[in-house]
Order: sequence, then structure tokens, then C-alpha cells
Amino acid sequence: MATFTHAEVRRIADLARLAFSDAEAERLAQELDHLLAYVAQLNELDTRAVEPTAHALPLATPLRPDEPEPPLAPELAFGNAPQREGTAFFVPKVIDGDEG
Amino acid sequence: MSSNYEIVIGLEVHTQLATRSKLFSTAPVVYGAPPNHSVSPVCLGLPGVLPVLNARAVELAIRTALALHCKVHTRSVFARKNYFYPDLPKGYQISQYEEPIATGGYLEIETESAQGEMHSKRIGITRVHMEEDAGKSIHDAASGAGNGSLVDLNRAGVPLLEIVSEPDLRSPEEARAYLRSLRSLLRYIEVSEADMEKGQFRCDANISLRTAGAPRLGTRTELKNLNSFRFVEGALRAEIERQAGILDAGGTVQQATLAYDPASRRTRVLRLKENADDYRYFPDPDLVPLVFDDEKVESVRANLPELPAQKLARFEQQYELSEYDARLLTANRSLADFFEASVVEYGQPKPVANWILRDLLQLLNTRDVDIEALALTPALLAQLIRLVDAGRVTARHARELFPELAERGGDPAVLIRERGLEAVSDGGLLERTADEVIAAHPDSVERYKNGEEKLLNFLMGQVMQRTQGKANPQAIRELLARKLTRIIHETP
Amino acid sequence: MVERLGTLRELRDALAARAISSQQLVAQALERAVAGKSLHHYVGLRSKAALAEAAATDARRASGAARSPLDGVPIAIKDNMVQRGEATTCASRILEGFVSPYDSGVVEKLAAAGLIVIGRTNMDEFAMGSSTEHSIYGSAHNPWDLERTPGGSSGGSAGAVAFGSVPAALGSDTGGSIRQPAACCGVVGLKPTYGRVSRWGLVAFASSLDQIGPLARTTEDCALLLQVIAGHDRRDSTSLPEPVPDYTAALTGDVSDLVIGIPVEYFNAEGVDPEVLRCVRTAVVELEKAGAKTREVSLPHLRYAIATYYLLATAEASSNLARYDGVRYGRRAQDVRDLHELYRKTRSEGFGAEVKRRILLGTFVLSSGYYDAYYRKAQQVRTLLRRDFEEAFRSCNIIATPTAPEVAFRLGEKSDDPLTMYLSDVYTVSVNLAGIPGISLPCGFAHGMPVGLQLLGRALEEAVLLRTADAYQRRSDWHTRTPPEVA
Repeated sequence: MATFTHAEVRRIADLARLAFSDAEAERLAQELDHLLAYVAQLNELDTRAVEPTAHALPLATPLRPDEPEPPLAPELAFGNAPQREGTAFFVPKVIDGDEG
Repeated sequence: MSSNYEIVIGLEVHTQLATRSKLFSTAPVVYGAPPNHSVSPVCLGLPGVLPVLNARAVELAIRTALALHCKVHTRSVFARKNYFYPDLPKGYQISQYEEPIATGGYLEIETESAQGEMHSKRIGITRVHMEEDAGKSIHDAASGAGNGSLVDLNRAGVPLLEIVSEPDLRSPEEARAYLRSLRSLLRYIEVSEADMEKGQFRCDANISLRTAGAPRLGTRTELKNLNSFRFVEGALRAEIERQAGILDAGGTVQQATLAYDPASRRTRVLRLKENADDYRYFPDPDLVPLVFDDEKVESVRANLPELPAQKLARFEQQYELSEYDARLLTANRSLADFFEASVVEYGQPKPVANWILRDLLQLLNTRDVDIEALALTPALLAQLIRLVDAGRVTARHARELFPELAERGGDPAVLIRERGLEAVSDGGLLERTADEVIAAHPDSVERYKNGEEKLLNFLMGQVMQRTQGKANPQAIRELLARKLTRIIHETP
Repeated sequence: MVERLGTLRELRDALAARAISSQQLVAQALERAVAGKSLHHYVGLRSKAALAEAAATDARRASGAARSPLDGVPIAIKDNMVQRGEATTCASRILEGFVSPYDSGVVEKLAAAGLIVIGRTNMDEFAMGSSTEHSIYGSAHNPWDLERTPGGSSGGSAGAVAFGSVPAALGSDTGGSIRQPAACCGVVGLKPTYGRVSRWGLVAFASSLDQIGPLARTTEDCALLLQVIAGHDRRDSTSLPEPVPDYTAALTGDVSDLVIGIPVEYFNAEGVDPEVLRCVRTAVVELEKAGAKTREVSLPHLRYAIATYYLLATAEASSNLARYDGVRYGRRAQDVRDLHELYRKTRSEGFGAEVKRRILLGTFVLSSGYYDAYYRKAQQVRTLLRRDFEEAFRSCNIIATPTAPEVAFRLGEKSDDPLTMYLSDVYTVSVNLAGIPGISLPCGFAHGMPVGLQLLGRALEEAVLLRTADAYQRRSDWHTRTPPEVA
């Protein structure tokens, strides 16, 4: 199984859009490594023939009729907006690349 | 040189399904509304919201899958595609990943061979799956806060169908033909308006080059945000040149995402794909698998609008058209509907087919529009043809009038009169004119007597000139032939 | 200090008898809540609104138009269930300032019955924790011993009920967050079958595990409250369509059909306080004396439950918490140069350490190359656990265990090592993984602190579960004990 290195913490933190100081990253690497070592016990089990459970109870697919309902009043839609222009949410520019 | 290589193209199309509410939220699907005026808590990704699947979206997806001859999977799973972007309110998009609703179909397209012959080619469809659309980011917000983007979530959550083709396309022309066919099909089966300007039909292309006969595919690049069929073709051509240039020089093509600049007609790299995005797909725990039975699939199949292939076969049979003609007439639904309505108005299919295949199609191609953009109606077309039948106007003049009539509408009879194109049907005038022409060209008559039958055409042309083309050519021909025959018999 | 409030049933009866008005009750509840401020059970009180609602109730009742027998009874809800017009923070900085424009399903049901939310209770941030110490509002305190935690993550709700500022409260349970605090505080806490109560408006932690449930001082009260909040919600795709039975009518006191399974693994587990075990065994004996049978059962995969839980719960949470980015609501970091920095700074400043730790673990679990080994593997082990319970329930209809391996621990005791904290969930997490209902009820004391007996039932058999718990409470009085009054 994997181990959590400092570099690994950085990679995962980036994916999750979290930033850590070096000291924090170091500590997290240890904690997460410790946790991973603990969960490694699942490897004791032979699950090759076992179906994964996504939901404990079987459910028929709930479907909704295609009936639109009134949308949120605009003041409620952006009432919590930290920053906006008109009725749109404002975000700072993306510096490079396509994704934020 | 691009001709040294085999071109391999695959297309990914995203089409907006024609539902009234969104895929997982009850907010209405709207166009042109002010930002964030058509959102619900679900669309905004507020804390505590949950998705519920739109039944009609499922039906339209099944319908599309059937029309594309796919295997419809009665069990499919919605998965989260996790990434961060301002127009993605939950920080993930609900899509389908390992278990899509349909796989393994095909779309037939008409392509032209190098010799100019049209033939059918089957383009494989790898998969069809459902997903929700993201909102819109308007970059470079000008006012006030400057230096940023504005996010409008009206579009967030609108149902999309992603249709992925096999890399079976071998040229930009084939790519264009595929898109045309696919768009037409989607409109045919009323699954989507597929209006590219409204963003209801979007295309990404994957393209790679390889030396002919090479067993493996070359490195492929991705072209995104291709907003029209012309752009798709242009972008592909540009990218082919770019890749060919690299390969010719002995280099290797890098995996990348590119954008197309139509002004310079070049593609440029937006992003290298060294690190594939890690979307951490997993089945959405707020949803259960989409399961339906075969009966559901069969009921959708039974309610399918007539597909292009079925209509084609019916047109051939019902209207006694050649396959070639029937194919052209059924190329898109509105044209096919127009044809049939015109046949009802006129009563006979053949003349209607001729007019449409010849004059209407030419007009549509020149103007690059659909028939809805014209003022021509089935009734108008029928009326025009009847005027020609009645000899009120020559066919040639009618054809000259056609574009104007089609674009602006109006009464054909009035138009003919205004243009002074009423046909000459006065038998006496025609007789006199024919005699004049025969008298004016004795040497031509002589040569005709000696067997050069084609001079009849010359004489016809003279008569038509003298009558300003307003006489029926057939009538002229018969008249002249009769007179010439008499002359031959009368001459010792 | 103003007196503690009675039980739901007592208040219901008092209101019906016009012995007291709703306004008096609500005022009393608010006063008691304020008096207990230093225990940090509440993150906020909605005094004005609650009193106005109470006035409306009294008017309704006067004209014979009470919404339900519980119309006008004060109640508290955990700060992770949205309520229109109210701030919902989940005890997190990142939701500072967020006011919900919509009501959760349970809030709608409470309102329909006339129950009055007097305030929102403290919790571990985003429900991640077992002690209610991970909160921006400060640690909550156990009314039985102020130096100890009330458990978590619904520690505020459990504490409020134990302290008596409300007769009952709603909590949420993902891995034990209703049951464990109930045990720590000596109250009754029920986690229903997954899907029994709507999750619409419950801020998601782990979607396939979360459930809302009642905390109260008696089983009967829990039954009354469950009756109000249970039922299908078409806005929740994981909501069960089955009709809701009459839970109160099920409290017959009859135990003759009960076969109580005792899992060997639970009772032989390491790290369990023998005093806790003693209380629990004694409780089971009480039920036997009343006519129930017991049987040993086995849940062979039990010891993998924590690992399974922490892989699945953190994975789902990492995705559920991605929406907290400062773009559309909540806190946004200041002085950022670009979008990337906006995300990182907002989330790094907004989330506490435990939440960040779990997001990291969850992100890792789902990441490319590790998905099969961790996430998928955990889902497969989940199947094995589910099967263990199905198998056990073939020979019994109730399973009895301790709720927690030890009594409420001291504040700050477990903060250093996350794994140690996680291990205290050993008895509760398997229940969420299997989706079955579970209830914790007081069954004694150890080291002066309450001990919880956990009873588990088959899916959708809350009625049997409640009947068993109620039968025990008819034959015991632990649930009538109250903590010493705070000066």
C-alpha cells in the first residue's frame, strides 16, 4: 500500500485546493501515513468475489416529472454572494491554464 | 505534408436535451435570462441540497441511443467528476463514467470519395451518456471590480447528452458530414433543438496522424470550443497541418488541448496534458443507479419519430424516387416535411422533387440556411409549378424567379406579371416568328435537310431570342420540327 | 436557575391541559439555555422568532386549531440542518454569514407539527468528530461533568437535552454522532434506518451514511419525535418510500418475541472499559428477566468497520465539501490575486484541522491509482459487514452492544491522535455502514458518568427497536436521573 510522503501531501492538497505550511504538511504526512497503515488491514480480506455496496438498502430509481418549478427569487439566489456584479457572482481571474 | 499521413479523428458532441426543467433540479431551462434568475438551491450547490433525476431526460437519452443503434443499458450509474471551477457550483459535475446509459452504436454519413462519388460510411458511436451542464463564466468583467470573471448559473444543471464517436473519421470533410448528420438526427427525433448558436450542440475533436499502415494511433490532441461546422473543419485542417509539420521535421506531437483562431486559421496550445486531470470519479452517493426494464426501452422505441433511414426507404417507395434523390430529400427533417407537404399541395411527387432537388437545394446551400429561414411555403411552390404547367411562364423564367420568390414570398402570378415574364403562348405569333427564323437562316435549314439535326437547336434558340425567352421551348421545338419536316417533303 | 423542562410527553400533556402556555414554555427554554451558556450547547438562539411562533401557537390552541399535540413545544436542532432565514454554520468558519434561503425537510415537518426551534446546537465542524471540541464556538461541556465532552458530533443536542433546556433535540448520525453523545450525556438517541428521514437540507458529510434522528430523555419521546420527522421526501433520492408506522402504538411493553443477539466480537473487544461492559450486561439481564431471550451471534468483520468507515466517509466528504469555495456563499478569503489563491486561501482558512485532515484522506482514497485499493475495497468490505448483520438477524431481532467503549472522556484528552479518537466509534460505525437503525439509552454509570446501551434493529424495524428500549425503561430508572444543577 501507499505511504504518505510530504510530496504526496502536497499533491493531494492541491487537488483539494488546500494549502499547508511545511510543518503542517510534515505532520499531516505522518498522521495520514499512520491512518493508512491502520486501514491496510482491509487487505487481510479476500473480496475478489464481493460486490461493492454503494447503498445499504435497495432502492428503485426515483424519477421526477419534467415540471419546472419557480426558481429562487434573485435576491435569495445571490443574497449570500461574497462578491458580485449585478446579479452575477464575481471571481478573480484565472492566471494560467483553464481550470481554477 | 499532411498527405503523407492517415488522419484519425474522433468527435465528442455535447447536446442539450429539450426538457423544460434541469437534469437534477426543478429550475426551468431558459435562454437569455438575466444572470442567476433561473436557479434553485440545487443549481447553486447550497449546503444540504440533493439531486433528483428528470424522467424526460432519461427518455430522450434512450431515444437518442436507439436512433444511434446503440445498446441501451438498463442499468447505468451516475458518477461525480470532481474538479474546481467557478461555473461548477458543487465542485463536481454529475455525469456517467464507467456505466453509461448506452454504448456501441453507429451513425451513417454520406461522404464523397476522391473520384467525386457519394457513398455511405458508418461511423461508430462509442458511448452515449447523460450529464449536467455547467454554468457560464464571462471572462474579463469590465466594470468596477475589474480583472475577473462573472459567473451565471442559469445554465448549471441543464441536461446534456455526451455522444462520443469512435475515431473512424478520416478527414475534416467527414467530420463535418458526421456533425451535420448527427445534428440532423437529433432534430429529427426531437431530442434537442441542437442550435449551435444557443450552445445546444457543441463539439470537441480529437485528432492524430499516423503514417499509412501504421498499426498504432499517433498521439492525439484535443480541439475544444468549436462553435460552428466551419470552425470544426477549419480547426481540423489547421491542426492537421501543424501535426504534419512536426512529424515531417522528425518531432513528436505532444498531448495537448488546443483552441482554434479562425482569423489566423491556426490552432494554438492552451494546455499541455502532461498530467492527466484526476477527476476522482466515483458513483454519486446521493443517487441510486438508473434502472429501468426492457419494456421501457421498447416503449420508447415504439414512440420514436420516423428515423431518417425509415423515411428514406418510405420516400423511395411511396414517391418512387431514386435512392439518391430520396437521400437528399430526407437529409434533414424540415426539408423532408416540406417536400411531403408540397406533394400534398401539388398532387404529384416528381415535379416537386425536381424543383426541390435542383432549385431549392441550390438556394439553401448557397445561402447556407435551413428551409425555415425562407419564405417559401409548400403552397407557393405548388402554385409556381402549376403556372409552368399551364404555360403561363416558361420553366426557365420560373427558375429565375425562384430565389426571389423563396426568399421574399408573395404571389408567383403577380411576380411574373411584374417582371413581364408572362409566357408567349400566342400560336400565331410563334408561327410567324418560326417562319421568320427559317427565312432568315436558309443555310442552316439546308444543313438540317442534309442531316445535321442539331441545327434544330440553333433555330430554336433564334426563336427564343426573338420572343425574349417567353415561349415554351417544347412548343417551339415541335413547331419548328413540323415546319422543317414539311419543307423537306416539299422540296424535290 | 430556572427549572429544567419536562419530557416531550409531559409538556404535550401540560399544553393540552392548559396548565402552561407555549409562550411560557419557550421563555423557560430560552432562559435555561442562556443560563447554561458556558456549556456551549448552543451556537445561537432564535429568541424573537421562537416567542412569536409560541404566541401564534397559543392563539391556535385557544381556537382549537392546534397543528398537532406537540404544537408549541420547544425543541433544538443541530447547526447542520438548514432553516430558511437562519444562519447555518455547521460550526465552521467557512460558512460564516451563510443564511439559508430554504428549509430542510425536517424543519418543514417540525413546523407542520408546530414544534418551535428555539436555537441551533453546537457540533463538531461539519459533523466530523466525537467530542464537539472541533467547533469555532468552543468546546461543548458535558452537564454531568463540565471537564468532560458531551460526545459528538451532536454534543450540543445531547447536552441541551441532558441539561434540560429543551425536552428533545434533533441530531445527525454518520458514524455514531447521535448515539455516542446520547450515551455520554445519559439521554436517549436514535439513528433511524438510512433513508427513513429526509436528508434534504441536511448539510452532507457522508451521503450514504448520514441520517437525522431524535434525542430525548425517554424512548417514548424519541418515538413521538421520530413520528414527526420520518417519511418519504421526493427531494431526496435516497429517501425510502415505505409508509411510516405508528411508533407510539408500538410501545406495548411486550418483550416476549424478542431475541436479543449478543455479538461476541463486541463484548470481547479490546480497550473496552469493564465497568461499561458490566452496565450493559446487567441491562441485558434485565430484559431477559422481563421475558426476552438472548443468543450469541457473530459479526466476524466487525473489526474492519472503522477502517471501512473512515475510507468511505472521508471520500464522500471530500467531494461533498468541495462546494465550499467562497464563490457563491460563506466566507471568502481577502487579498487574493487570482482564482487559484481564492480557493486555497478560503478553504485553508475556513476549514479546521480535523476537517482538512479528512478531506485529504478522502481525496487520496478517490485519487487515480488508489481508488480500487481503497475506496472500492472499502465498499466491498461494507458488503461483508452488511451480510454479517443480515446473517445475525436471522437468529435474533435485536442486537445489544455497548454504545461506546468508555464513558465521556475529558476535554482535550483525545485531541492529539486522530486514530485514537476514531477508535472510540468502534461500536457505532458498523450500524451506519449497514444502514440499520440503532438507539442508545442510559443503562448505568461508571466513574460517575452515564453508560449507554446500544440496541440495533433490522432495517425499517424502528418499532421493534423502540419497543425494546421502552420495555427496558419501564424496568429501569437510569433515564430519570439528571445531572447536578450547574450553579
